Amino acid sequence: MPNTRWIRRLAPVLALLSLIAFARPAYAMPPQMHIMEGFLPLQWAIFWWVVALPFWAIGLIRMRRLIVEQPEQRLLLGLAGGFIFVLSALKIPSVTGSSSHPTGTGLGTILFGPFIVAILGTIALLFQALLVAHGGITTLGANAVSMAIGGPLIAYYLVWLPLRRVTRIGIAVFLTAFVADLATYLITTTQLALAFPNPVAGFAGSWFTFAGIFAVTQVPLALAEGVLTVLIFKALQANASAELRKLGVQEA
Amino acid sequence: MVTLKQVTGKNLIGVGLGVIIIVLLIAMPLVLTPNGTFVGTDNVGSDVIRQLAPTYDSGWARNWWSPPGTETESMLFALQAAVGGLLVGYAFGYFKGRKSVRPASVDAPDNESAHQ
Repeated sequence: MPNTRWIRRLAPVLALLSLIAFARPAYAMPPQMHIMEGFLPLQWAIFWWVVALPFWAIGLIRMRRLIVEQPEQRLLLGLAGGFIFVLSALKIPSVTGSSSHPTGTGLGTILFGPFIVAILGTIALLFQALLVAHGGITTLGANAVSMAIGGPLIAYYLVWLPLRRVTRIGIAVFLTAFVADLATYLITTTQLALAFPNPVAGFAGSWFTFAGIFAVTQVPLALAEGVLTVLIFKALQANASAELRKLGVQEA
Repeated sequence: MVTLKQVTGKNLIGVGLGVIIIVLLIAMPLVLTPNGTFVGTDNVGSDVIRQLAPTYDSGWARNWWSPPGTETESMLFALQAAVGGLLVGYAFGYFKGRKSVRPASVDAPDNESAHQ
């Protein structure tokens, strides 16, 4: 069977993940998605805003160009944005007894690349900051860097582009969404560890403990998000193949 | 004759399997952690910051508005999901409708480049 090739290739990855999943650190900051309003010191709030700004600028330029050059893609753009809206509104229970939510950024990353997703994700973050009081304006830069920019950027360049022609498209889609979700939480943790280093273990010490807890909470969620993204992507292949081809996502 | 496969697409089994996996992954914590209260990680994280840096004052910036209670908060999250679901459903409805009006072979806006 040709399929066993994938099982063999994925086996080391799965082994590593389960290793992380069962390493239970004594103390760690729980993984999270949004840093609440006021919970970053001013200098860090400004720093992450400055990091986010160029990505927003490029994202706006690329989004404008896409809408002007391919106006028929607006529907897919709305779909990708809507997917982020739905998934980031779903608080899903995790094994640590808390809740967390998926990001939904993987789909848009595959369709439009990380820069346009930076805009789509930031719209969802703004909605949550202004209306639901989740996240905030001072922490918008940091939250955008983790969910809307960093996760998609890592997933796009380290997973989607290298894998899309090498593996079956479903596998590439799954891993892209999975990594975009996990990377988001790792970046948030890094941001918090930088702003609030553990007084005993310091930044590096606490970061590795954070990473351990991450896996427990977030891996099942990221797996579920990966599977859902594959289902949506397959449905798009069946119904919107013209758009996918024009975006260069699918071979002509 | 129209077969089930034609109506639903050949991926019916794959889709069913995918949905089952998603439900299992999401339901697993409810079984494994029967006493969990499933507080949002955003809130738990804020508590940890209070432990790590007890002198840190987060009051320097506040949300201009926050929902008066968890019910209103749930409503707003539901609203967010509804808006997103609407966008996803609208796009899929359009694509599906277009496919049923025009045969799949002329699906493309640029017909000749897509199908040779």
